[in-house]
Amino acid sequence: MKPARFAHHAPRTLEEALALLATHGEEARVLAGGQSLVPTMAFRMARPAVLVDINRIAPLDHVTVAGGSLRIGALARHARFETQVVEGALGTLLARIAHHIAHPPLRLRGTFCGSLAHADPASEWCAAALALEARMVLARADGLREVAAEDWFQGVFSTALAPGEMLREVVLPLPAPSWRGGFAEFARRAGDFALAMAVVGLRLEGGLVGGARIALGGIGGQPVLAREAMALLEGQAPSSALLDEAAATAARHCDPQEDMHAPAEYRRELVAVMVKRALRQAVSA
Amino acid sequence: MTEVRFTVNGTAQCVEVEPRLTLADMLREECGLTGTHLGCEHGVCGACTVLMDGLPVRSCLVFGVQAEGAEIRTVEGLAAADGTLNVLQRAFQAQHGLQCGFCTPGFLMLATWLLEQKEGVDEARLREVLASNLCRCTGYQNILAAVRVAAQEIRVWREG
Amino acid sequence: MNWVGRRLPRSEDPPLLRGEGRYVPDIAIGARAVRFLRSPVAAGRILALRPPAEMPPGCLFVTGADMAGVQPIKPGLRRFNYRAVEQPVLPTERVHFVGQAIAAMVAPSAALAEDLLETCELDIAAEDPVVGFDAALTPGAPLVHPIAPGNVAVEGELRPEGFAETLAAAAHVVEFAFRSGRQSAMPLEGRGGVAEYDRATGRIRLSASAQMPHQLRTGIAQLLGMPEADLQVIAPDVGGGFGQKIALLPEYPVLVWLARKHRGRFAWVEDRNENLIASAHSRDQRHALRAGFDAEGRLLALEADILADVGAFSVFPTTCAVEPLMALAEYPGPYKVPAYAVRARGVLTHTCPMAPYRGVSRPVITFGIERLMDRAAAVLGLAPDEIRRRNLHDAFPARSATGMVLDEASYIEALDEAMRILDVPAFRARQEAARAEGRYLGLGLSVFNERTGYGTPAFAARSMDVVPGYEVVDIAMLPSGEVEARIGSSPHGQGLRTTLSQIIADRLGLDPGAIRIIHGDTDRTPYGWGSFASRSLVIGGGACQVAADRLADKLRRGAARLLQCEPSEVALRDGQAVAGAASMPIAELARLAHQRSELLSDAIGFNLAETGQYDPGGTFSNACHAAIVEVEAETGHVRVERYLVVEDAGRIINPMIADGQVQGGVAQGIANALFEEVIYAPDGTPLTGTLADYTPPTCAEIPEIEIHHLETISEATITGAKGLGEGGSIGAPAAIVNAISDALSPFGVDVAEFPATPPRIRALIRGRAPRA
Repeated sequence: MKPARFAHHAPRTLEEALALLATHGEEARVLAGGQSLVPTMAFRMARPAVLVDINRIAPLDHVTVAGGSLRIGALARHARFETQVVEGALGTLLARIAHHIAHPPLRLRGTFCGSLAHADPASEWCAAALALEARMVLARADGLREVAAEDWFQGVFSTALAPGEMLREVVLPLPAPSWRGGFAEFARRAGDFALAMAVVGLRLEGGLVGGARIALGGIGGQPVLAREAMALLEGQAPSSALLDEAAATAARHCDPQEDMHAPAEYRRELVAVMVKRALRQAVSA
Repeated sequence: MTEVRFTVNGTAQCVEVEPRLTLADMLREECGLTGTHLGCEHGVCGACTVLMDGLPVRSCLVFGVQAEGAEIRTVEGLAAADGTLNVLQRAFQAQHGLQCGFCTPGFLMLATWLLEQKEGVDEARLREVLASNLCRCTGYQNILAAVRVAAQEIRVWREG
Repeated sequence: MNWVGRRLPRSEDPPLLRGEGRYVPDIAIGARAVRFLRSPVAAGRILALRPPAEMPPGCLFVTGADMAGVQPIKPGLRRFNYRAVEQPVLPTERVHFVGQAIAAMVAPSAALAEDLLETCELDIAAEDPVVGFDAALTPGAPLVHPIAPGNVAVEGELRPEGFAETLAAAAHVVEFAFRSGRQSAMPLEGRGGVAEYDRATGRIRLSASAQMPHQLRTGIAQLLGMPEADLQVIAPDVGGGFGQKIALLPEYPVLVWLARKHRGRFAWVEDRNENLIASAHSRDQRHALRAGFDAEGRLLALEADILADVGAFSVFPTTCAVEPLMALAEYPGPYKVPAYAVRARGVLTHTCPMAPYRGVSRPVITFGIERLMDRAAAVLGLAPDEIRRRNLHDAFPARSATGMVLDEASYIEALDEAMRILDVPAFRARQEAARAEGRYLGLGLSVFNERTGYGTPAFAARSMDVVPGYEVVDIAMLPSGEVEARIGSSPHGQGLRTTLSQIIADRLGLDPGAIRIIHGDTDRTPYGWGSFASRSLVIGGGACQVAADRLADKLRRGAARLLQCEPSEVALRDGQAVAGAASMPIAELARLAHQRSELLSDAIGFNLAETGQYDPGGTFSNACHAAIVEVEAETGHVRVERYLVVEDAGRIINPMIADGQVQGGVAQGIANALFEEVIYAPDGTPLTGTLADYTPPTCAEIPEIEIHHLETISEATITGAKGLGEGGSIGAPAAIVNAISDALSPFGVDVAEFPATPPRIRALIRGRAPRA
């Protein structure tokens, strides 16, 4: 089980990296943490001719608050988020999620942006990005563009990233002080890909829910928003019955896939349970 | 072929490798350090865990060329030059934390990192970290016991 | 000083802990790399098979046609309608499962060999595959092999006269049909071998990650038609086996063939994907049980219909009968079964072949009879422990329904001890309180016996062409006074060097550090079998004891000559030969025996070497396992809260090692009960070829395992020890699943399939409201 041949470049600057990506186009892949890419290369399911290894571009590892946003650089590793990277409920939610990503050695190496670029259907950060209204900052040799999370995911392992581009940064808007988050997932073993997960965010103002977002992951080709459940919550008092109803609504309207690990019906049940748990966590925070 | 310079267990190395050679294969084939074992080559079992610049990595998920300039520590660096086992290795023997021994180097390196963390180790953290690696022989109980005992001996154990 | 019974640290450990062990992949470095082209389809005819148009220098492509004259692998069995399916080492006509090796590619590196495999030409006309019992047994189904009508490769049946009447007359008839999922033993080191031609001698040395080096040698020499004496097989450090490394699978003869033909050094290191799809599988079984009980809950009659999916071929040397026929012979377990009728079939399918895995069929039959006991207890209104108590053998020796002699054991005592430790009334109160909160706790029992240490008579009864059983030990004291014991058995993690040295040390009055156990090398050890069937410590240990006793006699005779007393007056202890007030160091005696033989030769001859042989009839260790689990009703998640083992393996040579065997076995059993399953798509494609999909548990899923020992010493073995290597994995699936069933009893459901995964548990209770 050995990867196919490739050329390895380890540029020192972002400009060099982007020039390499521009030159090699579809042949090239960015190598950040490599914790998802390298196994797929070992099985020869991925066989990039060129790897642009960005690990030596030091300034890319930032996690900073600027302009009302949390800006996460391409080399920020998962483990960074295990401790609060930003005050308040957002940092708490990110820390909670980080502890569910694979195992400590993989968290020390794998990156937040790498997860979004790889777009595994069961990636925690992908579901989180959708719930938290992330914006992807894409760099290429001749400029930048931003893509909203809702436009980013385009099916299994597939995103809006174009050849020659690199996901340089993910931007999470800082939520209002009244905002709370919740996360729940179900995996069979510690560190496994989840069979279903829910990431929720909502504001609680005057005892009523506002701006609720519920992202579901692990159930299909890409994370999705549970829009019907979100609508149900809007402007309501978060009674236990309401949260249960929202969870049931999310389950009813989602379209889970079947695979060897779980029939669709089972995933649908898990969605209800995970949404319920994540919502309860949020409102009781 | 690419030239890679790095250190292993404090010794400078310079090897020429294909970029596709993993760090694990580079250590085994180019440096003769066969204590690092490959159990899956896709990042699940952790048998190939080594420390790279102080952090545990699956050496099957890092390419050898990425070790340029890095400090690598492997299982061969744990015992004294005369072969005397260190405190963690002794605990593994005393607690019967190994049977076939194939997963052992990975667990030893993972635990070495854990024991060096300044915040110390408690039961929850012990299980969280050691759940990173697979063992097929022991049922884990004695591996956990060995690391616990070693942590107590070097006074980094925290009662939960 | 008594060494037996002590928690002696293992002498094996220091090199392994320093990373200085030597496993096959370490020996492989520098050899020419071999990778195999494997079938992408489950069934089909090979139409074309060609190497890449351009082969770089140093590369070779070897097909079955190149290996003409090499015999097919053909394990034999002389009874039970056995169909002697042959497996070509490399097929030239047909493929029979996804992953079957078709050709070998040799290159300077494994990576390059894999590059070349991608451009080989392989054209196969795919045919309809037979996957699963229903497909295989449907009348008119395609035949996996024409030699086996109905896809049945082996069939055994017992039906005593009057059985139907006995069953019909029972007060209660309880039925239970269930399915056991397919497993992989999944040793952390896969298989692999390095074959090296020695130009000076013309011999081949094969280093293989194997459990039976002597059998591998004999088998390969037969297949290749080469002088057996020209083949040396070494099992170096072996990274776990659990049965999977018993088999002579095709890759090894290919390596030896290459080394002979090309006079070089060739290595194949199996990768994890190959291990999961193309090394042996196991435990893919379906059983239907019917049992008649009298009004008091005593079992009167048991009927079992057993199907075992044996995959596409029969594995050498154990044959594809090993699972179905073990299930047939041992179903009654520790229970009194006055009337027993059984039919067991091994069913061929287009899937990876089946081979023994720790416990073989016993995890499955123990699951069957222990679930049956719980169901019967519910029908009869008895407590689970009480119905067992009424049916367990309590007078020994007992004879099982299939004629096996059950030696002295502690079936009821182990159960009683487990019940005492558990404090069942307190648990029931806690269970009740938890249910009121919507939490579901359950307690499950598993009582079983483990047939261990059985020699040739037991294996001969299976009628295999190759009958294992005995062990031979050559022991010799060197002039220095150190002892070398050469054993035919071959451990792979069991710590046999340590435990055998403890046995020998006690017999010779030496420190275990003075004793070297030599194993795993056909050039240096007497012909023998290996580590499997919980036998090495019992049989290899027994042979060590016999050999050491003979050597001790010799030492006493020599010492008596020098100390001028009778041999019977000489005691060997603490490194001294002692007779009354006189004594001499044993090492000095050894030196004199070799270098001043004129003083001693008429008493002891010219060496201090002896041979010990041991071939016991077999014994049964026994255990009661108990599990407490919590099932989360809304997700089907199972958490094992507590796991208790009350184990009786007779005399324990090294309690630390014994407990390690039990803990590791239980962990594999829990994996079997909850986590691991090899899954095939309907077209015969294996879906679980990675460790993300085949899911062995981590330390986060495995609880602490509490072990309590009873020590019933029977006359069945000379050391008093009984084997215990498999018991952990035998008992755990039943205990865990019984606990799940107990937890879910308010839902009125019954778990009849394992692994009991969360989706399966949800499927059982979906739409059902718990009874108050």
